[in-house]
Amino acid sequence: MEQTTTKREDISSIDYQEFVINMGPQHPSTHGVLRLMLKLKGEIVEVVQPHCGYIHRGIEKMCEHITYPQTIHLTDRLDYLSAHMNNEAVCLLVENALQIEVPERVKYIRTILDELTRLASHQLWWCAFGMDMGALTTFFYGLRDREKILDIFEKTTGSRLIQSFNVPGGLMNDIHKDFQKEVKEFIKYFRKILPEYDQLLTGNVIFQQRTKDIGILTKEDAINFGVTGPSGRGSGFSCDVRKIAPYSAYPYVKFEEKLQTKGDTFSRYMVRMHEMWESMNILEQLIDNIPEGTHAVKMKPIIKLPEGEYYQRVEASRGEFGVHVISDGNKTPYRFKLRSPNFMNLSVMHHISRNHKIADLIAISGSLDLVIPDIDR
Amino acid sequence: MIKEYFKDVFSGIASLLRGMKVTLSYFVRPSTIITQKYPENRAELKMFEAFRGEVVMPHNENNEHKCTGCGICEINCPNGSIEIISKFEVGEDGKKRKVIDQHIYRLAMCTFCGLCIKTCPSNALAWGQEFEHAVFDRTKLTKVLNQEGSTVQKGVKE
Amino acid sequence: MPFNIYDFSTFTQWIHEALTSAMSPFWVVTLEILFVGLAFLLFYAVIGLFLVYAERRVCAFMQCRLGPNRVGFQGLLQTVADLIKLLFKELITIKYADKLLFNIAPFLVIIGSFLALAAIPLANGLHAVDLNIGVFYIMAVSSIGVIGILLAGWSSNSKYSLIGAMRSGAQIVSYELSVGLSIITMVVLAGTMDISEIVELQRGGWFLFKGHISAFIAFIIFLVASTAEINRGPFDLAEAESELTAGFHTEYSGIKFAFFFLAEYMNMFIVASLGATLFLGGWMPFHVPFWEGFNTVMDWIPPFVWYIAKTGFLIFIIMWFKWTFPRLRIDQLLTLEWKYLLPFNLFNVLLMALLVLLGLHF
Ligand code: SF4
Ligand code: SF4
Repeated sequence: MEQTTTKREDISSIDYQEFVINMGPQHPSTHGVLRLMLKLKGEIVEVVQPHCGYIHRGIEKMCEHITYPQTIHLTDRLDYLSAHMNNEAVCLLVENALQIEVPERVKYIRTILDELTRLASHQLWWCAFGMDMGALTTFFYGLRDREKILDIFEKTTGSRLIQSFNVPGGLMNDIHKDFQKEVKEFIKYFRKILPEYDQLLTGNVIFQQRTKDIGILTKEDAINFGVTGPSGRGSGFSCDVRKIAPYSAYPYVKFEEKLQTKGDTFSRYMVRMHEMWESMNILEQLIDNIPEGTHAVKMKPIIKLPEGEYYQRVEASRGEFGVHVISDGNKTPYRFKLRSPNFMNLSVMHHISRNHKIADLIAISGSLDLVIPDIDR
Repeated sequence: MIKEYFKDVFSGIASLLRGMKVTLSYFVRPSTIITQKYPENRAELKMFEAFRGEVVMPHNENNEHKCTGCGICEINCPNGSIEIISKFEVGEDGKKRKVIDQHIYRLAMCTFCGLCIKTCPSNALAWGQEFEHAVFDRTKLTKVLNQEGSTVQKGVKE
Repeated sequence: MPFNIYDFSTFTQWIHEALTSAMSPFWVVTLEILFVGLAFLLFYAVIGLFLVYAERRVCAFMQCRLGPNRVGFQGLLQTVADLIKLLFKELITIKYADKLLFNIAPFLVIIGSFLALAAIPLANGLHAVDLNIGVFYIMAVSSIGVIGILLAGWSSNSKYSLIGAMRSGAQIVSYELSVGLSIITMVVLAGTMDISEIVELQRGGWFLFKGHISAFIAFIIFLVASTAEINRGPFDLAEAESELTAGFHTEYSGIKFAFFFLAEYMNMFIVASLGATLFLGGWMPFHVPFWEGFNTVMDWIPPFVWYIAKTGFLIFIIMWFKWTFPRLRIDQLLTLEWKYLLPFNLFNVLLMALLVLLGLHF
């Protein structure tokens, strides 16, 4: 395979036509405190150097000092838009390590919540992406629909964004009695609304021209850089953990892994749009078949993982989220390592946005859908 | 070539018009407005039962709660939001018992993970639905959950 | 006092005569200039503030929101409150900014739009100057604003501002052409550049309907190109808040920022007025030939209302553009102009000339 890594270019040497500009840490479209140092030649971006760490909280280190159930409230705060999946990774890891079989009901509810989280996350991505492109109205349409999911979350889990709903061994509490009805109502509603998204943004000629053939990431590069999730699938890299290593109720459902081959910004966009449809399909398969049972198995008050190394990955909304735990048999992990998808996705930034314009850089970073706390951890 | 050029123009215009149709359709339908007039609708604004507003300790009409002062919630809280201060009390049977003096809860530090509520052996804690937490003085965010003069409910096992 | 809501010329004439009989011509002119200036300043401020409010309400309704609705009746005083707030804000000047240019720039931007307002007839006989080259004059002065934008970007000594200013330069240079050509199309049809005469010519029917397809194409091109010329979304590349934070006015604060803001809205107003005048008959009521009853009813509506309604309609369309479309990239912007608008425009001028020559227009 061709060696595609790019060497880190020196940003300090600039000629008289070039200049260096700091995009961030406070910039409207870096969605948080990401700092991109750009070397520009007029409008053309020559070098992108991401500087992260502005929101570094040392979560991995913090996790070494707290018990397994307590880590839940920290993994929530990585990629806050896929909080539920992150929690699920930790819970699955603990359950697998202790060889606990959770009730079917738990698996179903977890999967349903996973897909709802993915939908909510993609909705937010869609509206923020539109806003990055200058279509400000998309922002409100996306948020309006996301609000409906958050209400469903709130009714069952008590929180809207970071739910801390998963616990090792099951769920915090059982679902609300209206849960199924509301999810079904939402799907009905959103199936009607989603074509509107397409009319407003996808089909728009300005939008298409701004995204097509921009920021092309080849399949090889996606694999080399470890770009996963919708961003990787936009390049044709089949990396859906739900398919490769099914967990929870994913083995029971039929769904397609949506792949695009071109790898440009528009492909990444389309993958996410298709995934929204696909999420609704998955939800429809599960929502009526939630088996009866308890919402959690009884766990020991103090969870100790047997000595050894454990790895569990799940498909978060932005890619493969992995938890790697080295346990020395204590109630706290010896080492807690997180594989956060956004960090990998950010790493291709320079590679794919070189020689594009500033406006393209914004489109590319929007299509990678970065969540900064997940990068910095 | 020319045909393509005109096709581009017309399909472009058509796509723009489709977008404009969507925004106009919302513009002429004020019923789709979803804004809630917040301070005005306070009276009918009900949070869901499960809503995690704050941790509270429910008391019954005799000013009794269920907290035994065991301190499990304090151990389980990941960030030290809870502090249990207990005292010794001579019960009716003449034995000295450890009871709760102050169950201190720091709302400002709480991450609403729910572990304290889940792990409390006597179900003494619950979620409160209050969400207007803004205060001018942050010491007000440190609360004592057991009310003044409250006692432990009978029948709660130690 | 011969005040007639359907014809202001008698009223202005009356004022002029009353003044002339009372004092020397020098004082008459001075007083009149002062009076007109004050009236326009007031008009400018009121329209500007109202447009900001209108924009916020329109976009709110398009986005399923309510928009400002607390200050005053339905939030009408919101922008006034905002203005007062902006007045109290600190004026920050950057250490390495070019002080003189930095301070002049907002005024230049305002002056451009203010001057253009003078030549537009707001109602029958109600305009500051009735130039015989009115259209040309408006075209000329409205491009003063871009100098302000360029200066603002340059003198702020900030890279974001500079990129914004450069973009705006490229944009205006190219789109001025399209606006100009589409206006020329209408001038060909009218045969005059005198705005009041152009309005008068539309008594029988608006140019938009008189000029067949050609006028219609010119109208569309005018709308698009002038939206671009006034730097409004989807052509707001000079500002592009998701790319350049705020573009050329990144470094401005307080009332100077408010000037840029106000100028943007006034430019929109002027462009809409010009469009209304050239294509929709200015203050002229809507007439359908041979429908006498209908025409009389239309004549009952005062010209000023007609003018405001037409301008408001065009402003709504421009706002509608902004709140629907994503922003163009700089090269797309130039492609649109040079590859699509310009050829269409040139062809359109020829077509219009042909129509006029053959007398095919109504
Ligand atoms: S609240 Fe519950 S866990 Fe905490 S001290 Fe009281 S009884 Fe124990
Ligand atoms: S909810 Fe969590 S953070 Fe808050 S007091 Fe309880 S255990 Fe502590």
